[in-house]
Formats: sequence, structure tokens, C-alpha cells
Amino acid sequence: MAIALQVAGLRKSYADMPVLGPIDVGLAAGSISVVIGRSGCGKTTLLRCLGGLETPDAGSVTAGGAALRRESVGYVFQEPRLMPWLSVARNVGFGLAAWDPERRDRAVAAALDRIGLPDAGQALPKQLSGGMAQRVALARGLAPEPDLLLLDEPFSALDPFTRAQMQEHLLHLHRAYGTTIVLITHDMDEALVLADRILVMRGGHGVPGHIAADLAPALARPRRPADPLLSNWRASLAGLLSES
Amino acid sequence: MRRTAVLLTSGSLFGLAIPSFLLVAWLLGSASGVVGAAILPPPGQVVATLLAMADSGELVQALVATVSRLAIGFLLGALAGTVLGALCGASALARRLLDPSIQALRSVPSLAWVPLFILWLGIFESSKICLIAVGVFFPVYLNLLGGIAGVDRKLLEVGTVHGLSRAQALLRIQLPAALPSYVTGLRSGLGLGWMFVSAAELLGASSGLGFVLDDGEQTGRPERILAAILLFGLCGKLSDVALAAVGGRLVAWQDTVRR
Ligand SMILES: Nc1ncnc2c1ncn2[C@@H]1O[C@H](COP(=O)(O)OP(=O)(O)O)[C@@H](O)[C@H]1O
Ligand SMILES: [Mg+2]
Repeated sequence: MAIALQVAGLRKSYADMPVLGPIDVGLAAGSISVVIGRSGCGKTTLLRCLGGLETPDAGSVTAGGAALRRESVGYVFQEPRLMPWLSVARNVGFGLAAWDPERRDRAVAAALDRIGLPDAGQALPKQLSGGMAQRVALARGLAPEPDLLLLDEPFSALDPFTRAQMQEHLLHLHRAYGTTIVLITHDMDEALVLADRILVMRGGHGVPGHIAADLAPALARPRRPADPLLSNWRASLAGLLSES
Repeated sequence: MRRTAVLLTSGSLFGLAIPSFLLVAWLLGSASGVVGAAILPPPGQVVATLLAMADSGELVQALVATVSRLAIGFLLGALAGTVLGALCGASALARRLLDPSIQALRSVPSLAWVPLFILWLGIFESSKICLIAVGVFFPVYLNLLGGIAGVDRKLLEVGTVHGLSRAQALLRIQLPAALPSYVTGLRSGLGLGWMFVSAAELLGASSGLGFVLDDGEQTGRPERILAAILLFGLCGKLSDVALAAVGGRLVAWQDTVRR
């Protein structure tokens, strides 16, 4: 069951230095929201507050009026963060400890297949390239089939070709499960290819991160970066990002 | 020319260069009479002593006595270090309660306990094993605790986002992450175990390699002392290699340049 997310009055500071907020936004169930903004503007902080990794100073994150349940949230970090002592397959199955082993093995095999590493199950993380490790981390986040998926620049370590493949994979998964997705990127094309909604964030240098613009690109799917309609959106997005 | 030099210096045999040189010097020194046999008996005599000890059964007896003391002391010390290290690593409450006392005890040199152990436990096996266990305990405890406390916060967050409980995070993240440090602790514990088994036996024993050392001194037979030193070194090295091999398999996942 996809969930709708309400964020109200969310603020966060580190050592008395406000870095985020106030953030007020509602995200529709089953939507893909992309947060875009310059480095240091508070994107990761926002996502960590949504995922329960940071306790906000003020405000709330709720799903349908109730607090978010841990089991319904998946989180993919900006770095792979694989357990170096576990094989790739065991890393992918890390969140599936409560599943029965047969179902888990099938889910892991399917996940490895989809990220294009069907034969890497027995490898150790130290044997993977950066891009491979990031894909394994993506598979680990997707495997438990969360209702809400939070992704922090999940594709930034990938080459353009693999990146397009993983975007395709994410969209496929989204169609299959209707997962509510919040994804951070600093890549305009990625935002425009994926997003139902683009939240442009500004902040940094003493200004707490806030949502400066909220766009809903009305583009048919599947989208291609080369599409002229998309180019128009890219131009206005570039304008929004360069203002400060 | 260059290639031969590289071959010579890159092989594992390169480390034998200094021991070989010393052995040759020892042989020549003894043969030429520069070094008196009462100070340093010739290598042949040490070998002959070893053979005689083996023949009379003394060698096996001494080895069994020493190794069994070490094994029991090591197991007890390592067990206590593991349990307390894991407990203090897992629970901040336990750490605040226990760690200050353990750290205070650590600042007492282990050998200073000997008189007390002898008073409490008698001069025989118990006091020796207790001393060895104390020596082994500290590095095992400290390394395990340090390993658990030093686990990467970023990995712990992976546990958080997967909804792991404290106990699950300890079992699935902190303990495996602490394994390399734990293996290091066991290895230094074993090294200290050898040190303390020899000390305990020197301080009063009627069997074991340390007794052979003491006996060699009392009876003025340096060849017996050298034979016992040789055996201590050999056994210590062998046990460390074995432990390192087992430990190395457990932490083969580490991404290090060289193990
Ligand atoms: N743990 C932290 N302690 C102190 N400051 C932090 C911490 N995490 C982030 N910050 C600061 O908060 C601001 C926003 O950081 P972040 O959310 O990581 O930005 P982004 O993900 O958009 O690049 C930055 O100025 C950063 O230096
Ligand atoms: Mg970031």
C-alpha cells in the first residue's frame, strides 16, 4: 500500500546552526518527487528527517495522520554502505531476515538480475567497483518492497548508460508496486525523466534549506532527455537553480 | 644483476638472512673458542641436549605441562575478555559500571598479582593458570570493546533504516565489524599468555619449559636454558601462526593491502 506523506513545519539545526526549514509539503501516495538543489542546501538533511535518521527540532512527518512506520520505509544512502563481511547476496537480503529463506533467496536473485549483476551474489563488497556497489545498495533498499522509498543521489556514481538503466528499473518498480518515491539528485535530466513533482531547494551559507519552487512537469511517459518539450522544462529548471 | 637482487630481497626467505648470519657467527665463535662454552655452548650441544630431552621423555613432559597450563589460562582469560568486552560494548550502562574498574585493574602490572594468587590459590596449578588468564584477559577485552565501540556509524544507520533492534544491531553489525580487532586481541593475548606461562613456571614449578629454564640456571647448564628458549620461541611462533591462519580466514572480507 503506497502512502501519502505530510511534512509540516519541519526544522533542523546542527549545533545551533539552522540548516533546514521550515518545510511544509504534502506528497501524494504513489507519486515520484524529486528534490533538486545545490550541494549543501540541505537535501540530505531533509531526507534523513523523513527517514527517521534525524530527530527534527520542530515539525512532523506523518503518513495519513499517523507516524511513519519503520517497516514501510526504504532508504538508499548516498554511499553504498554495504556490510564488508557479507556477500553481495546477503547484503541485498539484509532487510529480509524475517522472510522465509526460500522467498528471500528468490527475491535476492530477482533483485540481482534487475540491477544487472545476476552472477555477483557470492562476491564480497571489496571486489565491486563503486558503481556496482551502489547498484547493490539500491537492490538492498528495493528488496523489502517498501511503501515509501527514500533515495539520496542513488545514481550519481553510475556511468550515463547504467544510470539510464537504473532509472528505468526504478520506474518499472514504481509501476509494479505504486511505491511513493522521494529521490534526491543534482542532475536536471534525471529530475525531468523521473519526477511527477520537482521540489527545488535552496539554502546553505547560513540560509536554512527551504523549498523555493514546486513544479509538476506535465510530460508524457516514457520520457527521453532529447525530447524538445523536456528541453523547455530543463531551461526553466536551470533558471530556478541558478537564481540565489 | 638487478633481477637477482629483486628476487633475493622479495622472497620470504629474505627474513632468514640475519638469523642465518647469527647462526654462522655462533658456530664460528664456538669452534674458534672466542666464546666460552660456559657462556654460550655451541649449537651442536644445544641440539644434543634437545635430543637427549626427547629421548628421556622430558621434552614431551615439559611441553605438555606448559602447553596445557597455557591452553587452560588462555581459554579462561579469552572467555572472560570476550564476555565482558561484548557486554560493555553492547550496553552503555554496563560499560559505565564495569569499564572504570577494569581499567584500574589494568594499571596493575600483572606480575604484581603473583603473591596474592599464591596466597589465595596455593603454589600449584591454580595460581599459575590465574596469572596467565589475567594476562590474556586485558588485550582480548580491550580490543573487542574498542572494535564494537569503533564500528562505523554509517553501517549502524543501515541497521536503523532496516528496523534492527539494539540486540540485532549488535549481532548483525557490531560484532562482525569488531572481528578484525577481536582477532588482534586474541593474538596479543596469546603472546602475553606465553610470557606469563614462562614467568609463572620460573617463579616456582616442578615441570614445564619454565622449569627447565630455572633448572638450567640452578645447575649451571646454559645448554638447557638455550634449549628451553628455543622451544618457547618455536611453540609461541607456531601457536601464533595457527591463530593468525584461523583469524585470517574469518576476516578475509577485509579490504586491506596485505594481511
Ligand atoms: N552532522 C552534521 N553536523 C553539522 N552540520 C551538518 C551535518 N550534516 C550536514 N550538515 C550541514 O548542513 C548543511 C546541509 O547539508 P546536507 O543536507 O548534507 O546538504 P546536501 O545534501 O544538500 O548537499 C550543510 O551546510 C552541512 O555542512
Ligand atoms: Mg547530500
